[in-house]
Formats: sequence, C-alpha cells, structure tokens
Amino acid sequence: MTADAQMLAFETDCHLFQGCGFPAPSVWSFIFEPIFTIGPVEFNKPMLLALIGTFLILAFFWAGFSKAKVVPGKLQMVAEALYDFVHRGIAKEVIGKKGEPFVPLLVSLFFFVWMLNLWALIPLAQFPVSSVIAYPVGLALVVWVTYMTVTFKTNGFVGGIRNLCVPSGLPKPIYVLLTPLEFISNVFVRPFTLAVRLFANMFAGHILILIFTIATWYMLGSVLGTVYASASFVMTLILTVFELFIQALQAYVFTVLTATYLSQALEEAH
Amino acid sequence: MNWYLAAEEAQSPLAPVWPEIVIGLIAFGIVFFAFYKKLLPAINKALDERREAIEGGIEKAEAAQTEAQSVLEQYKAQLAEARHEAARLRQEAQEQGATLIAEMRAEGQRQREEIIAAGHTQIEADKKAASTALRQDVGKLATDLAGKLVGESLDDHARQSRTIDRFLDELEEKAEAAR
Repeated sequence: MTADAQMLAFETDCHLFQGCGFPAPSVWSFIFEPIFTIGPVEFNKPMLLALIGTFLILAFFWAGFSKAKVVPGKLQMVAEALYDFVHRGIAKEVIGKKGEPFVPLLVSLFFFVWMLNLWALIPLAQFPVSSVIAYPVGLALVVWVTYMTVTFKTNGFVGGIRNLCVPSGLPKPIYVLLTPLEFISNVFVRPFTLAVRLFANMFAGHILILIFTIATWYMLGSVLGTVYASASFVMTLILTVFELFIQALQAYVFTVLTATYLSQALEEAH
Repeated sequence: MNWYLAAEEAQSPLAPVWPEIVIGLIAFGIVFFAFYKKLLPAINKALDERREAIEGGIEKAEAAQTEAQSVLEQYKAQLAEARHEAARLRQEAQEQGATLIAEMRAEGQRQREEIIAAGHTQIEADKKAASTALRQDVGKLATDLAGKLVGESLDDHARQSRTIDRFLDELEEKAEAAR
C-alpha cells in the first residue's frame, strides 16, 4: 500500500525466512529528499502536499461557494453541510454568538488540518503532512497568537493576565498554588499540547499503517509467510479505515480546542 | 550499512524546521484569506437570501391561509343566512297557507250560512204566502159554505167581524200546543 520511496529503497528484496530482519519503519519514513533547493530552503514532499492540499481546499469550496445560489446544487449542498458542521457544530456550540468573527479561522483550521491528515490515505501521496511537526507547530502558533490577542483585547492588560492566571470561584488559599499553574497551562502547555497531539496522532497512525504494510510485503514469498501476510494485509485495511476516522477526529479536536480557548478568552472578567 | 550512518544524523521528528513552518503558515494563510475574504461572505449571503426567501414564503402561505379562512367564514355566513332565509320563507309560506285555508274556510262557512239563511227566508216567505193564501181560501170556503147553509151572503159580515181569523188563530195555537 504505502509505497514510501525511501523506505522501500533500502530493503525491498528482503522477505521472511530469507535470513534478513524486518525492515521496520523509522524516523526516516518521515524524512524526504528535497525535490529542489532554493538557498537554505529544501523543498520536499510534505511541502508539495501542503500546497496541493491548499489548492484542493480552495478548488472545492470555490466550486461550492463562489457562485452560491439560494437553491443549492449538489456540490454546494455538500460544501454547505461541511461549513455548517464547523459553523454551527463548533463555533456556535462552543463559543456562542460571540464566535461569529472567528468562524473563518475555525473553518480554515478544520479543513486545513483535515486535508493535511487526509494525505495519509490518498494514493501516491500516502503521507500525513501533519505528522511533520512543523505544520502542527505553525497552526498552534496561529491559534496561540489569536488566543493571546483576543484575551488582552477583551479584558485589557490586567484583566487579560487575570483571565490567564486566576480562575474564578475558588477558595482564596488555592490561588497561591493555582495561579502559576494556570499561567503555565494556558500560555505554554495549551499551544504545545495542541501541536503535539495532532502531530503524535498522525505520526503514530502513519507508523502503524507502515508496519503492517511493510510486514505484508516482508512476509510474502513462502506459503506460511503468505498466510501471515494476508492477516497483516487485513490489519492494514482495518487500520486504514480507522485512520480515516482518526484524521477527521483530530481535525475536529484541534478546532474544538481552539474554539474553547477563544471562548475562555472572550469571557469577561468576574 | 549506509542508512545507519544516516540515521545518526537524522533530524529529530520533534524538532520543527523553519522552512516547513513558513510553508505551512503560507498555505494556511491562503486558505484563511480565501475563506475570510471571498468564500464565507459568498455563502453567508446565499444563506441569508435563502432564509429571507423561506420566511417570505412562510409569510405568503400564512396570508393565503388567512384569506382562505376569511373566505370560508364568509361562505359559511352566507350559507347560514341562506338557510335562515329559506326557513323564514318556508314558515311564511306555511303561515300564508294556513291563513288562506282559514280564510277560505271562513268564506265557505259564511257562504253556507248565507245560503241556509236565504233558504230559510225563502221557506218562511213561501210558508207565509201559503198560509195567507190558505187562510183566505179557507175563510172564503167557510163563508161560502155557511152562506149556502144560511142562504144569504155572509161575506162582508164575516170579513168585518174577523171571526174566521180568530178561529183560525185558535186552531194554530192548538196545533202549536200539540206539537
């Protein structure tokens, strides 16, 4: 399934019972030779996929929305359902009425993350761009900047600090302990976990699929090996379906958490 | 082995590389601005128009329903009025008929009574005429007879004395009494 060029470049001839070890996927499965280099920038496959993904998102929603009609066509209906899922299901559900200005951000986050994840299963690409940590980090940075800006814009400087450090409605002695914890949690841990959660999920998912795909290939060649290989192949299929679910789920989680942070930032000081 | 050497130099998967961050941000920025500037305003406009169209449709339907309701009520009122009118006419006709029958009956009764009365009067008159004629004839016969018996005419005398009348009256009274 996964024709990871570099991975297969090493041990394609190796099979079970031929005296060579299982060529397990490694960090190298996530590092690509640059396609071309401009100065210090090495343009590689994930970058290309990110840009194609951007184009695909724009093409789909452009086709659906640019000539939006009162009576929608099929494509517009699908695009509307997806948009409505983020608009109503996340922005309105989590933030409420005040969430309206953040709908474009949440919509782009959801579909961008989902697209980056989806590359894992699209033939020929078959690599989740979000398993390269730079992409989740970039998105988490965007979320963090928005989160901080909204916090201080809504509450002013002192109110913003209070919002980040002092949760309301607790007995006073607790604050001695809780204030620094809250500050660290809100300012550092939140963006970090946001990025790492997405990265780790997609990284692990890709490795799982790689393991069973490579194992299927590795165990072929003898009768007994073929039996093992078919079991491994079935696992690959199951995991592929599972990943399809995880990809959408992680995009949803990323967007919902962003909405939750913004909702907290929008809370007036007590 | 070649790739073992390479693995030692491999970039840690937890360390982001800045060109990739930049490309990611650029890609995301393009998506964001497309949604923000063009795509979401376009679809929101269409959604608003649709909401207005649906609300307009609902209002129209409500107006039509109200109108239908009022027409139905009007129709029902007219129907009730017509029924009422028909009942009134029927009753009037019945009353008129009854009056007519009563009048005719009264008229018949009157005519009958008139006829009977006329009959009675006629009978009375005939009876009177007959009795007068009879009385005269009887008187004459009696006087003639008496004249023959006496041998002279008693006519004038008898008439003057009124004896016969008295006699006849007595006879009548007797007859009356006997009846």
